[in-house]
Amino acid sequence: MIDTAAPRHEKNEVFGKDMGMDESVASDERRPLLRIESLKTHFFVDDGPVRAVDGVTLTVPRGKTVCIVGESGCGKSITGRSVMGLVEHPGRVVDGHIWWSPADGDQRSSAGGRNPLRRSRRHAADSDQDAVDLAALDPRGEALRRIRGNEISMVFQEPMASLSPMYTIAEQLIETIRLHRRMSKRDAYRLGVELLTRVGIPRAEQRMNAYSFQLSGGMCQRVMIAIAIACGPKLLIADEPTTALDVTTQARIIDLLAEIQAETDMSMMFITHDLGVVAQIADEVVVMYLGTVVEQGSVEEIFHDPKHPYTRALLASIPKMGVGARKRPETIRGQVPHPLNRPAGCPFHPRCDQAIAGVCDTSEPPTVELPNGRRVRCVLYDRELVTTAAKGDQAVEATSGGTDE
Amino acid sequence: MLTYIGRRLLYMVPTVILISMVAFVIIQLPPGDYLTALAAQLSQQGQSLDHAQLVTLEHRYGLGQPIYVQYGKWIWAILSHGDFGQSFEWNRPVSALVSQRLPMTIVLGFTTVIFTWIVAFPVGIYSAIRQYSPGDYVATTLTFLGVAVPNFLIALVLMYLGYRFFGLTVGGLFSPDFENAGWNLGKLLDLFSHLWVPVVVLGAAGAAGLVRTLRANLLDELHMPYVVAARARGVPERRLLFRYPLRVALNPFISTIGWVLPTLVSGEIVVAQVLSLPTTGPLLLESLESQDMYLAGSLILIVSVLTVVGTLISDICLAWLDPRVRLRYK
Repeated sequence: MIDTAAPRHEKNEVFGKDMGMDESVASDERRPLLRIESLKTHFFVDDGPVRAVDGVTLTVPRGKTVCIVGESGCGKSITGRSVMGLVEHPGRVVDGHIWWSPADGDQRSSAGGRNPLRRSRRHAADSDQDAVDLAALDPRGEALRRIRGNEISMVFQEPMASLSPMYTIAEQLIETIRLHRRMSKRDAYRLGVELLTRVGIPRAEQRMNAYSFQLSGGMCQRVMIAIAIACGPKLLIADEPTTALDVTTQARIIDLLAEIQAETDMSMMFITHDLGVVAQIADEVVVMYLGTVVEQGSVEEIFHDPKHPYTRALLASIPKMGVGARKRPETIRGQVPHPLNRPAGCPFHPRCDQAIAGVCDTSEPPTVELPNGRRVRCVLYDRELVTTAAKGDQAVEATSGGTDE
Repeated sequence: MLTYIGRRLLYMVPTVILISMVAFVIIQLPPGDYLTALAAQLSQQGQSLDHAQLVTLEHRYGLGQPIYVQYGKWIWAILSHGDFGQSFEWNRPVSALVSQRLPMTIVLGFTTVIFTWIVAFPVGIYSAIRQYSPGDYVATTLTFLGVAVPNFLIALVLMYLGYRFFGLTVGGLFSPDFENAGWNLGKLLDLFSHLWVPVVVLGAAGAAGLVRTLRANLLDELHMPYVVAARARGVPERRLLFRYPLRVALNPFISTIGWVLPTLVSGEIVVAQVLSLPTTGPLLLESLESQDMYLAGSLILIVSVLTVVGTLISDICLAWLDPRVRLRYK
């Protein structure tokens, strides 16, 4: 798994240099395309609120691929859907911001320009003058509608079910193009054929008039990708786009997405639970656990130097080649708690080997900023907290081992 | 598409033949035959059937011959010159009786269907997209009442209200002045002033049922992945609702469009009786009461054939509107 990441390593070093140059030019550096700040999306069911997303903070840099990983039910998909305003009743974004800055530098965001609410919702503290807070927009409103499918688009888990069986591929493609671009039906049709060819659909002309149920799952996902990139989005959210596909198709779809991302200046938010895929395509990794981001960093840092105990446990659980068939892969002990019954303090502490009694089980862990824009949400990296807690505590060793690594 | 229609048409042939047999068996069910019944009826009135007449009729219906000969003669008469036999209650040909009642039945039936749809569609859609809102609760309560209260009771209440407060001559489709008059503007207006009562009564249960079905169907579709995906493409909400979930939720309606045809003829017999409407419903009821078997059997045959034809129409509509049906079952 880690080997797969190796070729990418070089590329990232190049990027690292780029970043360095940028810093010398503008100390503010390029604003991230998307910055999610303590986002909370809760579902109000009869048994009480389910805190599916509970204080997620992450950034998606321009032109990069960010992978969000985590177990089932950790809130990855809901985070993606919150960005698009697609959270359905009884779910609701209750707190936090989703800063969307499609325009780089002086350019004004087309959506921001059209949005009458922009000024009042402007982020005061930062240089985010043209950033739109997607979380503050009406999910069914016109401002967000103009962004969806145009600036931000999404590819879903079930490609077959995500296309309406009532309309042909052409009808759904042309509809999307003409919703966002002034274009004649004929031109839109031509663009549609080009897009289908681009995503590797053979005999695109014929496929235009096919229905979703006449195509395979892989073909449907290619169509979904074609629709998603039709308007040249700045951000593509891929929500486990290969989970429903067979393995060989999975690899091709991932290659296609990586290829499209590399060719354009589009960023990609790739939601997955497959660490192999992460190693293959990610520039940055966001690790989620129970509605919170436990760690964000570059793919090398996460794989070679995981900081958070959960990330370490997750990486240790990957089956390795050549270790011996009889050796069982490591597992993370315990189970993910039910979202209605979240543990107090750090959500991971009941399963964490390094948990500090009296700290981890009582207070929310701080998000610690590390060099290179890395963030870890764990007390182990907050020296102050650790030392106060460590007085006469055995956890000292584990802690210092963690920090000085 | 053409092969689909062709195959459906072929399926119809054995179905219709079977139905005609069942209808004929019903005609034969009461003890004795048509002539004994007729003779009994006439002798009750102190008359008797003369021999020549008896022989003609015996020959006409193949009486005394094996049952399949009788069936053959009956079906041949219908197919060759639309002769459904004689109603001995009315002493007139069945075809004349039916064709006299049919136009008003069709007018009433179609008005009812249009009323039902105009009421049910907006309410059903509202009820689904605003699930558990006060409006939905009101609609749900009313529709449960509409489904649960028998039609004839609504008919009686409306008749009473119409008579008590509006001074309407209730029952029937015309005032006594116009009953036997020729068609003119006055008679047409008179028809409309009477028509609303049966339309509301007949439409109430239908509309209530339709609202329930539409609400349930639409609720199933509203959160399907293809709806979320279409929203993620930036499809505006109203367009999204009509083009995506509603389009699929309509399938059950399209597949029951055909049932309008049989209910036109037999529909709501009790209500028609209560409101004394000049439709085919009461005709069927009376014929069954008086064992007027050629009339009853013919009406049953007509209703059944209309059901089959209606189902065919539904299937064709469904194939035309739903590509899954069109392309999967070629």
